[in-house]
Amino acid sequence: MSDMSVKRNGVVTDFVANHVRSIPRSGIRDFFEIVQSMTDVVSLGIGEPDFATPWHIREAAIYALEKGRTGYTSNLGLPRLRKSIARYVRQNYHVEYDALSEVLVAVGVSEAMDIALRAVINPGDEVLYHSPCYVSYSPSILLVHGKPVEIPTLAEDHFKLRAEALKAKITPKSKVLILNFPTNPTGAVMNQQELLAIAEVCQQHDLLVITDEIYSELSYGEAHCSIASLPGMRERCIFLHGFSKAFAMTGFRVGYACAPVALIEAMMRIHQYAMLCAPIISQEAAIEALENGQSDMEQMREQYQLRRNFLLNSFREIGIPCFNAQGAFYLFPRIDQTGLNSREFAVRLLEEQKVAVVPGNAFGGSGEGHVRCSYATGMDQLEVAVERIGKFVRSL
Amino acid sequence: MDQQLLKLLEENALVSPETLAKQLNLSVDQVKSRIKHLEEAKIILAYKAIIDDDKAEFQTVKAVIEVRITPERGGGFNRLSDRIARYPEVTSCFLMSGGYDLLVFVEGRTLKEVAMFVSEKLSTIQGVLSTATHFTLKTYKEQGVMIDQEISEERLKVSP
Repeated sequence: MSDMSVKRNGVVTDFVANHVRSIPRSGIRDFFEIVQSMTDVVSLGIGEPDFATPWHIREAAIYALEKGRTGYTSNLGLPRLRKSIARYVRQNYHVEYDALSEVLVAVGVSEAMDIALRAVINPGDEVLYHSPCYVSYSPSILLVHGKPVEIPTLAEDHFKLRAEALKAKITPKSKVLILNFPTNPTGAVMNQQELLAIAEVCQQHDLLVITDEIYSELSYGEAHCSIASLPGMRERCIFLHGFSKAFAMTGFRVGYACAPVALIEAMMRIHQYAMLCAPIISQEAAIEALENGQSDMEQMREQYQLRRNFLLNSFREIGIPCFNAQGAFYLFPRIDQTGLNSREFAVRLLEEQKVAVVPGNAFGGSGEGHVRCSYATGMDQLEVAVERIGKFVRSL
Repeated sequence: MDQQLLKLLEENALVSPETLAKQLNLSVDQVKSRIKHLEEAKIILAYKAIIDDDKAEFQTVKAVIEVRITPERGGGFNRLSDRIARYPEVTSCFLMSGGYDLLVFVEGRTLKEVAMFVSEKLSTIQGVLSTATHFTLKTYKEQGVMIDQEISEERLKVSP
């Protein structure tokens, strides 16, 4: 019993709400603590770019500080940033949003996702999401008293979401579908044709789509397609995006939501009380990223693509099956042929060869049998990691 | 593809052909023969290390010299520039637009050595009209590499 626990109405409790108590600790957190206690670890477990934020973007933040631009901004965000966002989304995703009423600047996509769910979910509403997926979706749904409904996707199918699998999970209580392509942790992508099939189901069953497109610039094959750009989808989509991955700005904590005005208005109501606004320094930096950051982003993408090729070819050489993931900066190789499960593989690889990868089951049950390997790390580290993984697999 | 290969080598000439092959989806033999070709065609001129002279305790003095020269009929600036560039003290030499013609980077062991080079050799060459020598005090960035590297390994070792 912790020191914090007290007796309330004769029952021992620690004040924590039931629905919060029911949320399990992140599988990553747990693994993180083991890694943190070790030295000389080569980590492929990192979900953020290894590049520093491009210098001109950092300088824009410095300039903002120098000029004393340190106050609150409008709840929705700086109008100039919202205009840049609307233009960027129009040019790159082919969806038209009104800069001043249909764009909300948030503290990262994480906050945008949270307020989007809070804005639309009534207790008991079902929220569908494809898995393996980012670790926060299910807890975020639980925190708004929604019901998470996981739709497992398959390695054989390159972790794409299929209309049949989606339909099979739809009930009269289904309200929202969360999409995340390119996907963390699998690197999966969906092309226009494949998204059209999903869009059709959403329209038939009147689902709202929250599409988390944080990795969209990091697509290495076909051009990225947003479901919000498909016919009839703009009105039933909340488009979420940010700066963390494409512009290497994780610590700035700035992202955004684009959606029809009624939805943005509802999200704004929560955002204004919970967060007030995103930090102005980060917003100033974000303007610079959108206005002048294209070539930096392209250079980083090129680096990621070369590393992906390296890692994928190395896994093939070692004999670890892995599909050719076309997005994000993750590979999600299959490791169950080694006779180990995800966690055993990751823990033993860490203990025996000091390479950190994340057990696939941290991203949902359907990730079992896989591990997530991030290539957001320098080539020198990747070369060492591959050598050690090879040694480890051969020793099994 | 050669462009991409060159960029990778420019960044790090020590990358193994095996790694390059995997990055570029080529075979090791293909990479080796392309590099050989690029070397033979003198597209790749040399491979060198970038060194922090202070840490290496190299006693070097560097200077940049702005040189005005007289162009010659037929060859323009080329003959004279080539002659200047051939001195081993000269590490780089560029033809420039603007108020002077050549920007010459020189290196010596002592201030005196560099000064002697300028006064005895460079400025006495027929056709050299004037020189302005600037000595380097401190190096902050060398060929794209920051001398004081940023410490960026503050990233969490595992993150979602």
